[in-house]
Amino acid sequence: MSQPIKAKHQRLVLVLVALVALIAAALLAAWALRSQASFFYLPAEMAANPPEVGRAVRLGGMVEAGSIKREADGVTIRFVITDGKARVPVRFRGIVPDLFKEASGAVAEGKRGSDGVFVADNLLAKHDEKYVPREMKDMTAGQARERVEVTK
Amino acid sequence: MIATLGLAALWLAAALAALQLVGGALALRAPGNPLAAVVRPVAMVQGMLVALSMICLVIVFCQTDLSVELVAKNSHSAKPLLYKFAGSWGNHEGSMLLWVTIMAMAGGVVALVERRLPEPTILATLAAQSFVSLGFYAFLLFASNPFSRANPVPAEGQGLNPLLQDPGLAFHPPTLYIGYVGLSVAFSFAVGALLTRQVSPVFARAMRPWVLGAWIFLTLGITFGSYWAYYELGWGGWWFWDPVENASLMPWLAATALLHSVSVLAARNALRAWTVMLGVVAFSMSMVGTFLVRSGILTSVHAFAVDPTRGQFILALLAINIGAALTIFALRAATVTEGERFAINSREAALVFNNVMLTGTLGIVLIGTLYPLLAETLGAQVSVGPPYFNPATAIFVLPMLVVMAVGPLLRWRRDSLGRIGRMLLVPLVLTAAAVVVLARQGINLLPLLGLALAAGLAVAALMPLLGRRLRTVKLPLWGMVLAHFGIAVALAGMAGDSAFTTEKLVAARVGEKVEIGPWSLKFEKVEPIAGPNWTALQGTLKASYAGAAPIKLEPQSRAFWSPPQQTNESALATRWNGQLYAVLGEQAEDGRWQLRLWWKPFVTLIWLGGMLVALGGLLALLGRVASDIRRLVAVDKIAYRRMRQGR
Repeated sequence: MSQPIKAKHQRLVLVLVALVALIAAALLAAWALRSQASFFYLPAEMAANPPEVGRAVRLGGMVEAGSIKREADGVTIRFVITDGKARVPVRFRGIVPDLFKEASGAVAEGKRGSDGVFVADNLLAKHDEKYVPREMKDMTAGQARERVEVTK
Repeated sequence: MIATLGLAALWLAAALAALQLVGGALALRAPGNPLAAVVRPVAMVQGMLVALSMICLVIVFCQTDLSVELVAKNSHSAKPLLYKFAGSWGNHEGSMLLWVTIMAMAGGVVALVERRLPEPTILATLAAQSFVSLGFYAFLLFASNPFSRANPVPAEGQGLNPLLQDPGLAFHPPTLYIGYVGLSVAFSFAVGALLTRQVSPVFARAMRPWVLGAWIFLTLGITFGSYWAYYELGWGGWWFWDPVENASLMPWLAATALLHSVSVLAARNALRAWTVMLGVVAFSMSMVGTFLVRSGILTSVHAFAVDPTRGQFILALLAINIGAALTIFALRAATVTEGERFAINSREAALVFNNVMLTGTLGIVLIGTLYPLLAETLGAQVSVGPPYFNPATAIFVLPMLVVMAVGPLLRWRRDSLGRIGRMLLVPLVLTAAAVVVLARQGINLLPLLGLALAAGLAVAALMPLLGRRLRTVKLPLWGMVLAHFGIAVALAGMAGDSAFTTEKLVAARVGEKVEIGPWSLKFEKVEPIAGPNWTALQGTLKASYAGAAPIKLEPQSRAFWSPPQQTNESALATRWNGQLYAVLGEQAEDGRWQLRLWWKPFVTLIWLGGMLVALGGLLALLGRVASDIRRLVAVDKIAYRRMRQGR
C-alpha cells in the first residue's frame, strides 16, 4: 500500500490499529495472568487445597518457635511456617532477611516440592518496626491470637 | 517561626492558585476581561511562594526543629546533614510539598516564557494547571500539613529509615518528581489546546520542551533508582517489577509515546487527537503512580512514605482530574480535525507503530500492577512478578525495537523500503550472526533475542548520520541517534545480565578462598566498625580478576539504632566488562560466614544506556530551545525594524 489512503479512512484505520493493539494487550495480559500470577496461601489453605507442584505461590504465616535448622552446607535452612491450624515445612537456600526470626511473621515465595516441602526462593520478613507483610494484616482473629501465643 | 512562615506561604500560594483558576476561566468566557492580565503574574508569584514554603521546610529539617511534628517523626539530631536536608522529602508530607512546588514553579515558567501560542490558549493552560495544583494544595493543607506542630515537643526525633540513608535520597525522589510533574504541564497544554480548539503544530512545539524535559528527568530518575535499589537492597537484581518501579515506568512509557507523537504533530501536523490524548494519559499515569506509591495499597519494597488513609484523597484527585480531562476530550475530540495523511511506508507510520506498541506495553504493565487489587476484591490474594511481566512486555517491546531500527531512516509522508533495504543489510546480518552464535551457547530465548537485537540496533541507531557532514548535523538529530543507541546499550546490559550472570552462595571461614567466574576471592577478616548512627560487622575480601592485582571488597551488615534496623551494605567491584557483587550474611553456629556473590558481566551497560538516553534527550532539548530562542530574537528584530520605519 504505497498510495496514501483516502482522507476519511486514514483516521479510522489508525483508530482501529490502536484498538486492536490495546485489545490484544488486554487479552494477552488476561491470559498471562491466569497462568503466571502467584497466589497467597496460609498453611491451613495449603494443607486443605495444595497448589500444583512447581507452581509459583507464596506462603505466609508465623515461623514456628524452635523450628529453624541449618543444614551442613551453612547456607540452607529448614523451618516450619504455621498458622496454628496446619504446619508447612519450608526449605530456603540463601541469606535470610535481617528480621527473619522464630515466632514472628514471614512470607515465603517459592514452589511446593513433590515431597510436600515448600522450596522458597525468597523470604520476606518484617522490614522495619511498622512493616507487616500485607497478607498478615488480614489474618483472622484466631490466627492473630495464635500469633500472640506463639510470640510469648 | 520558620515553620509558620512556610505554612503562611503555602496558604497564600493556594489562594493565588484559586485566583489563577477563576481569572483564567472568566477571561476565557468573556474576552477582554481585565482579569486576563492578572493570570500570568499570579502564576509566577504562586511559584515563588510555594518555593519559599519548600525552602522553609528544608531549613526546619536542617535545624532539626522538633516542634514540627514531621521533623520529630522523621529526623534525628545525630543524623548527617545531607540526610537531614534530603530527609525533608523522604516522607509523605514533604514529598507532596515537593510535588506542588515543582508543579507551581513549572506553571510560573510557562507564564513567564511562553509567547508563541494564542493568549486564550495560554490562559486556559494556566487555568488547567492551577486546577490540578489546587487539588494538591487542598490535600496538603487539609490532610497532610507538613508544618503541623508536635505537642508536646519531644526531646529527640525518631530518625529516618536506614535504607534511605544514602546519598541517593538527595537525587532520586526530586528527579522523579520533576519528571512526574513536568508531565502536568503537558497535560495542561493539552487541556488548554482542547478548550480553545488550538491543536496545531505550534501547540506541539510549545509543549515539546516540557515533554522532553519531563522525559529526561524520568529517564534519569528510573535509571538512578534502579541502580540505587541494586546496590542498597542486596538482592543482586536491578528491576523487580515492583509496583513502585512500575509506577515510575508507566509515566515513562506514556511520555516516550507522547514525545514521538508530538514530533509528528510538530513536523507534519498529523496525529492531533492522539497527541492530546497521550498528554492526558501521561500525566494520569504520573498520578496513578503517586497514588500507588503514597497509598501503600500495594506491597512494595521501595515505598517509604506510605499512608493508606490519604490514598483515598489522592484517588479522588486522580478521578476528578482524569475525569474532567477525558470529558473535555470527549466533548472536543470531534472538533479536532484530521491531520495530514501519510503512507504505510513512512516515518509517520513507523512512529504510529512505536506509539501503539508503547501503549500496549503500558497496558500490560498497568494491568499487571493493578491485578492484585482487582483479585483482592474478588477474594484472592495474588502477586504478579517477572514470570508475567518479562514475556508479556517482550511481545510488544521486541517488535517495537525492530521498527526503531528502521523508522529514523524513513522519510516523512511516503518512502519505499527498497531505498533503505541495502542500508539495513549490515544490522540484519549482525543480528542473525548474533542469534547463531548465542544459540550455540544455549542461552535462553529472551536474553538471546535481546542481545541479538541490541547488536543490530546499536549499528542501525547510528545510520541516520550516514552520508551527512557531521559538523552540520543538528542537535536534535544527534539527540535522537544517541538516545536510540542508548536503548541498544541498555538492552545489551539487561539481556547480558540475565544471560551470563553467575551466582554463588557459600558458607566460608575467615581465610578461605572462593572462586566465582573469572574471579578468585580470599576471605580475609570480619571486624566490627562504627559509623555516625550505626555499628556494623564488616567483612574484607580480596578479589582478584584472572590473576590481576586484588581489589578490596568490604560488604557490611549494619545495625542502626534510631530507628533500630539492620541493613546489608553490598560491596561492588566494577570493571569495564562487568561487576562483582558481594553481600555478607550472618554467622553460623560453627563460625562460618554466609557470603553471597554474583559476577555480572556487562550489567553496568544498563545504567550507562539509561544515561545515554537521557543525554540524547538533553541534546534534543538544547537544540529545540536554542532554535526557539533564535526565532524569538528574529521576530523581535523584525518588529523593531518595522517600528523604526514608522509603521
